[in-house]
Amino acid sequence: MKISKETVEHVANLARLYLNDEEKKEMAEKLSSILEYMDKLSELDTSNVPPTSHVIPIHNVFREDVVMESLPLSEVLKNAPDSEKGFFKVPRVIEE
Amino acid sequence: MKLYELTIHEAHELLKKGEISSKELTLSVIERIQKVEDKVRAYVTINEEEALKNSEEVDNTRDFSTFLSGIPVAIKDNICTYNLRTTCSSKILENFIPPYDATVIKKLKTNNAVIIGKTNMDEFAMGSSTENSAFFPTRNPWDQTRVPGGSSGGSAAAVAADECIYALGSDTGGSIRQPANYCGVVGLKPTYGRVSRYGLVAYASSLDQIGPITKDVTDCAIVLNSICGWDEKDSTSADVPVDDFTKYLVEDVRGLRVGIPKEYMGEGIDEDVKSAVLSTAKLLEKMGAFCEEISLPHTEYALWAYYIIAPAEASSNLARYDGIRYGVRAKNYDDLIDLYKKTRSEGFGAEVKRRIMLGTYALSAGYYDAYYLKAQKVRTLVKRDFDRAFEKYDLILSPVAPSTAFKIGEMVDDPLKMYMSDVCTIPVNMAGLPAISIPVSFSNALPVGIQLIGKAFGEGTLLKVSYTLEKAVNLEKRKPQLD
Repeated sequence: MKISKETVEHVANLARLYLNDEEKKEMAEKLSSILEYMDKLSELDTSNVPPTSHVIPIHNVFREDVVMESLPLSEVLKNAPDSEKGFFKVPRVIEE
Repeated sequence: MKLYELTIHEAHELLKKGEISSKELTLSVIERIQKVEDKVRAYVTINEEEALKNSEEVDNTRDFSTFLSGIPVAIKDNICTYNLRTTCSSKILENFIPPYDATVIKKLKTNNAVIIGKTNMDEFAMGSSTENSAFFPTRNPWDQTRVPGGSSGGSAAAVAADECIYALGSDTGGSIRQPANYCGVVGLKPTYGRVSRYGLVAYASSLDQIGPITKDVTDCAIVLNSICGWDEKDSTSADVPVDDFTKYLVEDVRGLRVGIPKEYMGEGIDEDVKSAVLSTAKLLEKMGAFCEEISLPHTEYALWAYYIIAPAEASSNLARYDGIRYGVRAKNYDDLIDLYKKTRSEGFGAEVKRRIMLGTYALSAGYYDAYYLKAQKVRTLVKRDFDRAFEKYDLILSPVAPSTAFKIGEMVDDPLKMYMSDVCTIPVNMAGLPAISIPVSFSNALPVGIQLIGKAFGEGTLLKVSYTLEKAVNLEKRKPQLD
């Protein structure tokens, strides 16, 4: 499967990444060659094979609905790149 | 013998008898780090002050009843440690100080372990050489022009260079076993679910597993004892009884049925690696085991299915690095989307971006069935291969990697070739099985190991056979020359 520059741009947008022209070119080439190998999987007939997403049976974990102490606000915000008055600070998202 | 050369069980005996203190042991390890770290570069963060303080505290309690009490451990830098920087060797997490301990760290701390530092790795555990660290590459203690393997290369190199007594790593496609193999130490990837992943920074959640990297098999059993067990904080943790793995440390392989998959011994596997596997098989037979060639027909497909599943899960897991709640944020941006994109573009390295792109592509509209769903079905076939093999055999013996440690820079521009170095380890993660890598010989002064793959939750058998082999080959005290 050959990956075009346009596809790379589309996927980069979905992945929230900027790529410069050189990176786009390199990504298109490398992804194409990797996906070419992955096309080997189509050699296998898997029409009657169920998918395995986890090797052990997993189920939701529930805990008792009791009030517990949460992390202190100072701990929560300690790693924030920008914060103000006890909140994470983000750029304005509401348009005029 | 220098204190830093001790194993856990040797140090434990001396601590218990009062012949050494934890502070002396910790100081010895710190001095060793100061002496050889320039050559190896195993650590991202050295926790010197806190480690010394902790060792004094343990000495004051005089409680050396548990094996790990007072013994210095190195932790891969993708396992969260309270108040101690955890970077995943990525620029995007360069300043991250976790507000909590991973469950494995909590367990180690309950046992009074002394955390000596955080070890270098491929960024977000993506790689097979520790060259993908955003900070610096780690070098193989046996030959500093070569890679230590990856992604737990820092942990394996630190153990091999005696810069810690033991270490923890994580294994998504071979990231404990492959670097342990290149560095001549013991590495165990437990059964999926055996060890809690709570606090392990997620790469590919259905494949990741934390495990020990140690100087010998006895230590491996000791560490597994301490870190395993069900955890309510991890919904993928397995509720199975916690075994005492030290009871498997006996020399006995009589009657054991061992399969050697021909797909792991074919083209692309170096002769010295093959001969290490065949000599091990002969040795096992001499000691009463029965070995024969078997087939795991979907081995090659496992590699390509892995390189769809792992990046797909990674693209989802790494969406959280957006520059809002933690990590680094880009300096100049126009709006929220621009902030996300600039932060991620500046913060992630080339291999991480490549895998996010591959995963996003595989999960995107129109391609999900062709790639992701197909890969999950292939995963079923890989698992069935192993299920069939384990109906007849107790254990599978194979190489760990196609070659001994390769040169730094040799594969860095060729991701496909790099991916191939994980061909012998990846199917194990796809099936969730336990596997161990132990050194058995040397080729051109570089360690060569073998891999033993067990049934789900069959770590006991792996440890018993590894222990028997370790005694038979007797390599445990051979050390790299770093002085």
